[in-house]
Amino acid sequence: MTAAPLLAVEGLNVRFGGVTAIEELDLAVAEGTVHGLIGPNGAGKTTAFNVISGILRPTSGSIQLAGQPIGRLPPYRRTALGLARTFQNIRMFQDMTVLENVMTGRHVRTGGAVPSILLRGGSFRHAEKEAAAKALALLSLAGLEGAEYRRAGDLSYGDQRRVEIARALASDPKIVLMDEPAAGMNPAETRALTALLQTLKTRGFTILLVEHDMHFIMGLCDRITVLNFGIKIAEGAPAEVRSNPQVIEAYLGAKVAHSLAGRS
Amino acid sequence: MLAQQLANGIVAGSTYALFALGFTLMFGVLRVINLTYGFYFSAGAFLALYLTAAGAPVWFALPLASILIGFGAILLDAVLLTRLRRARAPELASLMVTLGATLFLYSAATAIFGTDIRRFPPAVFAGGAFEIAGVRLTLSQFLIVATAAGSVAVLLFVMQGTRIGLAIRALAENSDATQLMGVNAGAVMRLVSFISGSLGALAGVLVGLNYNAIQPYMGEAMMLKGFAVIILGGLGDIRGALIAGLAVGLLESLTAGYAASTWKDAVGFVLLVLTLWVRPAGLFGRASVRRA
Amino acid sequence: MPASFDDFFFTYQALIYGVGVNGLLALSMYVVLAIGQLSLGQAAFMGIGAYVSALLTVKLDAPFAVALGAGMLAPALAAAIIGVPTLRLSGVYLALATIGLGEVLRIFYLNSETAGGALGLPGIPQQGGAWLIYLCLALALFVFMAIGRSRIGRAMEAMREDETAASVMGVNVPLYRFGALVASAVLAGLAGALSADVSSFIGPNEYGFDQAVTILSYALLGGIGSPFGPVFGAIILTLLPELLRPLHDFRFVVNGLIIVIAVLYMPRGLLAWRFRRIGPVGEARP
Repeated sequence: MTAAPLLAVEGLNVRFGGVTAIEELDLAVAEGTVHGLIGPNGAGKTTAFNVISGILRPTSGSIQLAGQPIGRLPPYRRTALGLARTFQNIRMFQDMTVLENVMTGRHVRTGGAVPSILLRGGSFRHAEKEAAAKALALLSLAGLEGAEYRRAGDLSYGDQRRVEIARALASDPKIVLMDEPAAGMNPAETRALTALLQTLKTRGFTILLVEHDMHFIMGLCDRITVLNFGIKIAEGAPAEVRSNPQVIEAYLGAKVAHSLAGRS
Repeated sequence: MLAQQLANGIVAGSTYALFALGFTLMFGVLRVINLTYGFYFSAGAFLALYLTAAGAPVWFALPLASILIGFGAILLDAVLLTRLRRARAPELASLMVTLGATLFLYSAATAIFGTDIRRFPPAVFAGGAFEIAGVRLTLSQFLIVATAAGSVAVLLFVMQGTRIGLAIRALAENSDATQLMGVNAGAVMRLVSFISGSLGALAGVLVGLNYNAIQPYMGEAMMLKGFAVIILGGLGDIRGALIAGLAVGLLESLTAGYAASTWKDAVGFVLLVLTLWVRPAGLFGRASVRRA
Repeated sequence: MPASFDDFFFTYQALIYGVGVNGLLALSMYVVLAIGQLSLGQAAFMGIGAYVSALLTVKLDAPFAVALGAGMLAPALAAAIIGVPTLRLSGVYLALATIGLGEVLRIFYLNSETAGGALGLPGIPQQGGAWLIYLCLALALFVFMAIGRSRIGRAMEAMREDETAASVMGVNVPLYRFGALVASAVLAGLAGALSADVSSFIGPNEYGFDQAVTILSYALLGGIGSPFGPVFGAIILTLLPELLRPLHDFRFVVNGLIIVIAVLYMPRGLLAWRFRRIGPVGEARP
């Protein structure tokens, strides 16, 4: 008997005007796993993320987090319920410091009511200390000690990515959606990122990962879903997906797929 | 009596529609709330005034004023908005910069021209008035309605039935993709600025002629009604500008006739707030105006 | 000699009041800009505050505290009516909805006999004074700095930078927008009530478009990295026209120009300092 998935997407359809971005997508992410979502450019992966995190309204379909329907909730309510994400194009709060960025990620878990804030009372001080401590711990985990008080926009691309991950983790999420975390990274940065995600995996985090770097994906994921033109064309363990002819065709074209099939 | 009220309402409404057309086009295509637009209204009226005072015949001065202001619009856009567009600044930035420019232009104009109301030379008013079914319409009023209707028709035709209209709509939809297809975005935007500015100026000229009361801030009062019209009609929608314009005009006229005439200028604002509460997208706007 | 002394103090006093009141108005603009929104209703809210408190004092002999309170509450109500539907819409809607408020209210004041019509409302007794204005200003600055150094301050700046990302981080964007709008109205209403209190007379033409845009120029000149920026901008733009006569006559022209230059070339304003958004956490600082 399989446990209920942590994140369950059913019958998702996203249409804008005449374009169907996602068609009848079912996706189930089991708790404690790293689930990959791959596909050629334009397959609908970021669109799926936007719908799951609440930035985009789907045409139809349901989304459940830990059994609770979240499809009608605004993004900030989903975060409170345990959803977190990073963005493909790093949406860092540039003028804020690194530490402030990560502490903002913890917004929903930070206490302190207005009266306490104004009077600098005990509950407020406690809440700030706790949030800062948590943020510092995450930054340390992400290998960013020393960068805490720097302006976020001044960091290198790779470092900003890691800040983003720390920021996403700050809300103690049940599941983290990561949209191409390795994009634009050099090999050294990618290795550091892989190590970070491995650590998260060992700690039992649930991650839904979109990535183009196949090595990265195959090494980390327990299960992979493949999209092409908004439709799921394959799903399974990395080994299965890697040798699936439809997947090969989607990425490399029919000719290559056939020639590969002919050779094996 | 009612018929006259309705006719007045249609005339006023046509002014609003004509004015709103250019404004909604600017927003629909350039994603810019260009508040200097109201200034084109005043500028058009003033320019037409000076041209006729300098001896130009009315039928020549009107379109000329409008065209010249159209070019002025291109210039103003280049100065104010190009930089922001390149930096992909948020919409509110263009709103703020055009707001500042508006204050600058209006107060500068007031400083130069004074707040006195100016009038066209009497020789201009050659055309008489018509009487149709007990309703009295002057030539300039008729001209307003005809121009508004004509402009809407021409614009709709251009937007839906010509290649340039397609380019404009495509640019409004997705600027990057359209440019990749080879459309010269800069040229199209300048064209839209030109059309928009000259429509605003044309509205100013016609209204100036009709009410024969021209002063620098006249565009500002018009602008505030313009907001109500474009929000009621739907930001960026041409038919919406026409229908909403007429609606506001008619409601104002009826309010003036049957309630108190002093409240008629508040009608637009009340409609604006109501629209926001009931259907923010307006009559013809895309319902996807709300975010998740 | 005595006559010119009186004149001197008279002008001097008005300036002191003016700087304080404009400082409050600048803060009312600040709170909205600080979350990345644009409301142009501050002048209109000021007018509501002025008229409501003045009417209560003059016509109903209301106690000063009540008049002030009503002067803050009434604009908040107006802000809610206009603003609530825009909470989930693009910021453009709030901007457009608030621009026209001042002008519409002017029509209302002009046509209202109770409000004195075109002649305005005279005979407002002075019960506060410069001390009250500056006390309110100082309190407001303190509140903004305290709130800024907390999760609220972080949320606000995050919203200003990237509203969508802030929402995904868990910031209740509609709630914050509502809060900022109401705070803005309350501050502007307070400014209006206090200014009515010290000026003995108010009229319908002081709370319109030109004034609304001027308030924006205070904030943009000073910079919105901290609440001190807009106050600084207000001080400069209130004092300068008094010191430079030509500037006084053309002050609206100058204000408009300042906004254009600030948006295009000086987005951080004059006071580019940004204060930290973290409360007392006792960590070592570099």
